[in-house]
Amino acid sequence: MNWIKNFVRPRFPSVFREHDDTPDNLWEACKKCGEMIFHRDLENLQKVCPGCDHHMRIGAKERFDALFDKGVYELIDLPDVAHDPLKFKDQKKYAERLKDARAKSGDKDAVKVAKGDLGGRPAIIAVQDFHFMGGSLGMAAGEAVVTAGQAALENNAPLIMVAAAGGARMQEGILSLMQMPRTTVIVQQLRERGLPYLVVLTDPTTGGVTASYGMLGDVHIAEPGALIGFAGPRVIQDTIKEKLPEGFQRAEYLLEHGMVDMVVHRHDMPATLARLIDLLTGGRAPEGAPA
Amino acid sequence: MAQTYLEFEKPIATLEGQIRELRDAGSAEGMDLVEEINKLEGKVSDQMERLYKNLDPWQKTQVARHANRPHCRDYIEALVDDFTPLAGDRLYSEDHAIMAGLGRWQGQRVAILGHEKGADTQGRLKHNFGMARPEGYRKAIRVMDMAERFGLPVVTLVDTAGAYPGIGAEERGQSEAIARCTDKCLQLGVPFVSVIIGEGGSGGALALATASRILMLEHSIYTVASPEACASILWRSSEHANIAAEALKVTAQDLQKLGVIDRILAEPMGGAHRDRKKTISDIGLAVAEELAQLSGLTAQELRDARRQKFLDMGRSGLV
Repeated sequence: MNWIKNFVRPRFPSVFREHDDTPDNLWEACKKCGEMIFHRDLENLQKVCPGCDHHMRIGAKERFDALFDKGVYELIDLPDVAHDPLKFKDQKKYAERLKDARAKSGDKDAVKVAKGDLGGRPAIIAVQDFHFMGGSLGMAAGEAVVTAGQAALENNAPLIMVAAAGGARMQEGILSLMQMPRTTVIVQQLRERGLPYLVVLTDPTTGGVTASYGMLGDVHIAEPGALIGFAGPRVIQDTIKEKLPEGFQRAEYLLEHGMVDMVVHRHDMPATLARLIDLLTGGRAPEGAPA
Repeated sequence: MAQTYLEFEKPIATLEGQIRELRDAGSAEGMDLVEEINKLEGKVSDQMERLYKNLDPWQKTQVARHANRPHCRDYIEALVDDFTPLAGDRLYSEDHAIMAGLGRWQGQRVAILGHEKGADTQGRLKHNFGMARPEGYRKAIRVMDMAERFGLPVVTLVDTAGAYPGIGAEERGQSEAIARCTDKCLQLGVPFVSVIIGEGGSGGALALATASRILMLEHSIYTVASPEACASILWRSSEHANIAAEALKVTAQDLQKLGVIDRILAEPMGGAHRDRKKTISDIGLAVAEELAQLSGLTAQELRDARRQKFLDMGRSGLV
């Protein structure tokens, strides 16, 4: 299977490109191999370098477009949460950081949730966007994961969690830590209902996200080269004062150490997810679930 | 035990030093200095009261980490009859950073888990300063599993800077172990009481603290990241740890206001390390009380209530 067959151009590209005033002649260099890639090509390739297969970071919209059948989906409304409950201020006020991140991205927070079909069957997909404050898990992101789980329960559909985050959102203090048990509760409810919960670990996924819903999937899929771990490599290096092994905490390393089931190319992701859901459920809704 | 003074306790150290000198002088020269000593002791307790009533979050962090503060082992030795330690995760190794065992807490059969930091250099090395590896959390899962099968309530004593950040820990799935342990906490169909006795550091603490009732000693802390780590990330310098401690809202008092913990246990004047015996016996009573309150509930009620407690957290009462 190759990506050309899989790739379906988003249906309403113009709607999403309102603010995109990038000139058509822009080229982007791959950070890994240095190859210059025409930016429209790069978009069509879902930001995978054609030269070296390096998987660059992509946003929630690109994920939804690529994963849902024909790029058709419906965003699920996410509940409002308390903003800045600690009135946190470091070198800058958290309230301002949040405002800036929202203005820059046009998003409310790091996790977005959508409903649509995947492989011809309803699925809920939650995507954590690293571009929004490092994808960090705060109250909004936690509530979004809970909402995604509830949508899966209501729709009797599998939940796919595309994770990416540096970790907890420090500016929300203990309340961000509490998103770990909160999201775990929703994973338990899916498990008890017999609905598949599949985790896609993307670059980078570390800290509280990996130490909760990121590592509680029925199946763990990682994107090639993704950094996945508990502690960040710099923290480990500073603690043990030793050189870290080659490829440490990369997707392939985790596969070798038994922490993920597979490393899957971005272009093969939709087909892989659809096949897993089909094999797990045979397309049937779990018993005892509402119709 | 020789008293270790914290930086902000300098005035107390000076006064107590003067008292010692007077005592020595008194016994050497047969002088009666009782009045003088009493006066100084009065000063010490005034000073102590003033200091400890107004500890800032960074000072509390230091008290929470005080070397003489009672540790998990001290509580177990003093409070748990028939304590029978259990070891190993049955998968890889024994992790001394987390103590585990069965015993009787004020007469009641329980399973006990807790981070142990170690009391001296050798102990600290043995217990890896209370920083657990995946095996510690997997042992905890195993013991909680067994506690549930035998209907034993679970008591956890939390005191860790965090889970250990090392190569082996990562290779053996530190995050998976923590996630599964929290998962187990939320599934337990038995009463589950957790006490944060010193430092509640991030996911490594949470994995043992996702309990039905969460208690904190008055000067203990519980935080998403250590003030030092937070400062080095957000202020680009760990020297701002005091400001970070303030901003992170790490104290028991703040966490109770945020609805994250259930109850604060008062410490003796001058901190738990100045009257270890009283601190330990107070915790003994408080945990027994909490266990008694949870004892009438069914497994499903306990499980549902614990899950709901966490789902509800932060959903109301905040701005």
